[in-house]
Amino acid sequence: MSAPTTERTSRRLLASAVRHPAVVPVGAVILALLVGAAIVAAAGLDPVAAYVAVIEGAFDPRSLDYTVSVWAFICGMGLAAAIPLRMGEFNLGGNGQLVLGGLAAALVARVSPLPGPLTVLLALLAAAALAGAFGALSAPLATRLRIPIIISTLLLSPVAVAVVSFLVRYPLGEPGAAVAQTERLPDAAHLMSLPGLTYSNIGVIIIIAIMVAFYVVDSRTAVGFELRITGANRRFGTYAGIHTGRLAFGAMAAAGAAAGIVGAIIVMSPPYRLIDGALLSPGYTFAGLAAALLAGGRPALLPVTAALFAVLQVGGASMERSADVPRQLSDVLQGVVIIVLALRTVIDARRTGRAG
Amino acid sequence: MQVFELSFVAAVLLAATPVLYAALAGALSAQVGVFNIALEGQMLWGAFAAVAGSYITGSAWAGLLIAILTTALFSVILAVGSAAWKADPIIIAIGTNLLALGLTGFLMRVLFDVSGSFAPRGLQGLDKMSFLRDVPVIGDIFAGQTPLVPLAFVFVAAAGIWLKATSNGLRLRGVGEHPEASATLGVNVVAYKTWVTIVGGALCGMAGAQLSLGNVTVFTENMTAGRGWIAVAAVMLVAGRPLWLPVACLGFGAAEAFGFRLQGLGAPQQLTDAAPYAITLLVLVATRIPWTGSRAARRRTAEPANAVLEDK
Repeated sequence: MSAPTTERTSRRLLASAVRHPAVVPVGAVILALLVGAAIVAAAGLDPVAAYVAVIEGAFDPRSLDYTVSVWAFICGMGLAAAIPLRMGEFNLGGNGQLVLGGLAAALVARVSPLPGPLTVLLALLAAAALAGAFGALSAPLATRLRIPIIISTLLLSPVAVAVVSFLVRYPLGEPGAAVAQTERLPDAAHLMSLPGLTYSNIGVIIIIAIMVAFYVVDSRTAVGFELRITGANRRFGTYAGIHTGRLAFGAMAAAGAAAGIVGAIIVMSPPYRLIDGALLSPGYTFAGLAAALLAGGRPALLPVTAALFAVLQVGGASMERSADVPRQLSDVLQGVVIIVLALRTVIDARRTGRAG
Repeated sequence: MQVFELSFVAAVLLAATPVLYAALAGALSAQVGVFNIALEGQMLWGAFAAVAGSYITGSAWAGLLIAILTTALFSVILAVGSAAWKADPIIIAIGTNLLALGLTGFLMRVLFDVSGSFAPRGLQGLDKMSFLRDVPVIGDIFAGQTPLVPLAFVFVAAAGIWLKATSNGLRLRGVGEHPEASATLGVNVVAYKTWVTIVGGALCGMAGAQLSLGNVTVFTENMTAGRGWIAVAAVMLVAGRPLWLPVACLGFGAAEAFGFRLQGLGAPQQLTDAAPYAITLLVLVATRIPWTGSRAARRRTAEPANAVLEDK
């Protein structure tokens, strides 16, 4: 083989490697970690110690189980962002949908006379219905009134959060409690725990099942195909006879339902209460959004990207303890990953000379 | 009674001002065809930079300047990313909003060793226009406000006139209206988009500084609390007519000030907090509903619904 041919082959190999679908997310993560390290170093702290502490904290055998449950919640909220993202829409109202799910579960648990498994099922369905309806509200606002889903979800979300916060504080609040919370849910509404595990329970299995369902719908059904076509080119989708309005309605309902189920699972797990602010403070919504964006909405990639953010989140706490680096670094990294991901277009812009 | 009413006017203006600066930034971006939803994060960064700057230099006006410069710098990510590199401004903005939230919390811990909120003793707020104290009516409204409050309205008027009456303003509007035609006429489309977005960043820096050194004298984690999104909604509400921005923002200010009053009368804080968002959305819905015309005409206006979504 002559020298020029070798060169051409290697260049072609390189080109195909660069085009591999995993290159962009992996590259974005590496760049973001470097930026994060630079920020930590600029703050006079040790970036290597910080990242080592993150890994050690997240994979500590004693709390691995906890990391898994955080991963599942980020996957759930990732679904809430990924399903609409598949058709090019942004659901930024995950917080509102999450707390409404928690509220529905707490209400059903309170009044349901049914035995254990049925009460749990009813609570999950109620959560999916309420949060799904709330999410779907944004679809007609977009298709009929031209209010983008990204705006309506963001304006609706704080309203739902405030209403739930009010309900937990006053009508549903436990009398005499120091914090705003409901009474402990009756035993029938406690999610079954998995053998040998402390934190994660059957809720993890439920979320995995929903992810599998999304994968199947996305890759094997007509609806999934329509979703992807619309996401790739909305005008073509409309031209091909896809009812994008109906599709948006379904996608937003499914997204809201996924978020609602996450809320219900958290409420039906220890300490078995709906506590004001407890659903939102871990920041599952935006970790899920970041995971969904990094995965490009692809169902098969979502569990992987969610794992990354779960590690950052759980490890962030131990990083704060052992390396003295504030845990807000996890949020910084989420933001930087998304920015780097968005800015990948610089490569195309340079190559085709569109820049400048 | 009169004092009560004038103090309410003052409260409305105070609540409206930060949103008005941010909304002006958003409206200018909209004029050049950039859907700017990075206002929330930029305002939050501005609020932090203003407090940090004021604390470090001991001068609130230096804090304001630092807020303007660093927020403009922060907005370069969105400006260059969306204009020159043709990246999706929505995704960049989601990223910069998260980055601002994380970075302000991170720096608060690293630089000042506090979390939650930062209000060190001796932190200088922006000067109030107390020289107006003895002027009737005007004094009651403005004596307790920073000069940034009336300046916001001057800025909006100036921007409105500049867009309408100058040739650069016309070019700017052309860039948003028809970028290809503008480029054919020799207008540097990318430069217009970039610089307008950076000016927007500077305005968001002013919005943040007014919030953290004017309305109060403290920085709190996530203190913008959705005001940037209200500003985005205000931009949509006025639909390309910047001179109407003050009306939209004063409406928000009135909702917030009224909610605050109700809270004083015993209404639960959770519900009054939610009111501005609910009212903003309701107003947005009300202005988008085709109230008049025949059924067929209504259907015609409802039809290009997807066009807006495509524009993104």
